Amino acid sequence: MEKSMKEYIAWRCAQELTSGIVNLGIGIPTLVADYLPQGLVTLHSENGILGVGPDPSPDQIDPDLVNAGKAPVTVLPHVSYFDSSISFGMMRGGHIDTTVIGALQVSEQGDISSWAIPGKDVLGVGGAMDLVVGAKRVIAAMTHLNQKGEPKILRECTFPLTAKKRVDTIITEYAVFKFRDQQLWLVEMSDEITMDQLKKITPAYYEIASDFKTFNRKELINQR
Amino acid sequence: MHSELENPIKTNVQFLSVDEAIKQIPMSATMLVGGFGATGVPEYLLQGVIDRTQLQDLTIISNNITKETNLNVLFQQDRIKKAIGSYFTTNKEVVQAYREGRIEIELLPQGTFSEAIRLGGSGVPAFYTPTAAGTELAIGKETRTFKGREYVLEQTLFADVALIKAYKADKAGNLIYRKSARNFNPIMAMAADLTIVEVGEIVEIGELDPESIVTPFAFVDIVVKREEL
Repeated sequence: MEKSMKEYIAWRCAQELTSGIVNLGIGIPTLVADYLPQGLVTLHSENGILGVGPDPSPDQIDPDLVNAGKAPVTVLPHVSYFDSSISFGMMRGGHIDTTVIGALQVSEQGDISSWAIPGKDVLGVGGAMDLVVGAKRVIAAMTHLNQKGEPKILRECTFPLTAKKRVDTIITEYAVFKFRDQQLWLVEMSDEITMDQLKKITPAYYEIASDFKTFNRKELINQR
Repeated sequence: MHSELENPIKTNVQFLSVDEAIKQIPMSATMLVGGFGATGVPEYLLQGVIDRTQLQDLTIISNNITKETNLNVLFQQDRIKKAIGSYFTTNKEVVQAYREGRIEIELLPQGTFSEAIRLGGSGVPAFYTPTAAGTELAIGKETRTFKGREYVLEQTLFADVALIKAYKADKAGNLIYRKSARNFNPIMAMAADLTIVEVGEIVEIGELDPESIVTPFAFVDIVVKREEL
């Protein structure tokens, strides 16, 4: 997948984030940090940091300061450090405003699968379940199709679930969907495809929102 | 102001060499090991366990077995029978050993894992959490509905030994940590019969700001000062 598509998805996610405390998952969500409004959004890292800053320069790297992906980070002036149980209390207890998380599948019910593929050994779940269960808002940031070209926005998830009915927004390179009144709505679609084409790659049942619009990805990327 | 003391302060926390400390770890122990990835791992204590003990059949409770750490060396020497944690996928050798039946693995969501340790150290045997409800990780576990939402009953964790890393101890055994190296260390200190801490520095009583002490010495049994490895 071309880099600009991932960047577009990350940029589009950032448009949803204007304030509050945000936790970014691994993968495309990590790129979201580059597009956040500086100072207005505070980043949480589940290994015990509230107030994560930009990537460090080589001389700023501190082995005692890493993010949830184990990559070195810097911190902002309002940072605090805490142990893992406090950090997950923050998540599970509903004190994180938004999480942006990668997904393998999302269902029309808002179920999400993000941590395991059937038939493979399940040896890592990390913090994904707690994040999705606890964050006030869950944005699934993902490519529209998987690497085999199969749809990921489905009637039902077929992969092991991360959580049930927790996703609020789905952002892909082709579309933005939002869950409103326990139903999936299409709110944005890329102008490079048609409604029929979108339907073919999106088996989930969805309605077209009253505020629906199309977008031109290249224009948006160049504008930013 | 502190009141005048007749006797110098002495707690039951022991200040020992790594050799003396690790001798007290029982065979086939269940052992909490601090750290997230390679950060906050008690490498010095683990090096002692590797070099100077015959310990094996260990059950290790640690978030990961990270490749660059001494925990991985312990694993490579086949001394870990079982690992309980949240994320082992990035260590391909562990995945392979699991497939070949050479290591048992119990997987918990990281928030359930950390809360199970905190509550284990707080005298609570089990707790309900919304995490993992309706997923594979809840299979075989009791569930209950509170206010219309489903929760999973999880048992807490308590170990024979905790090996943890702190930044500084004072001579009473109070601990402070450094940045994200804190992670699981303070809660693991609470959840074992024998808590052994490695620190970079031991300072006089009164030098640590009492408002900033993260682990009061009540949770600490042995402090070991890290020497150059």
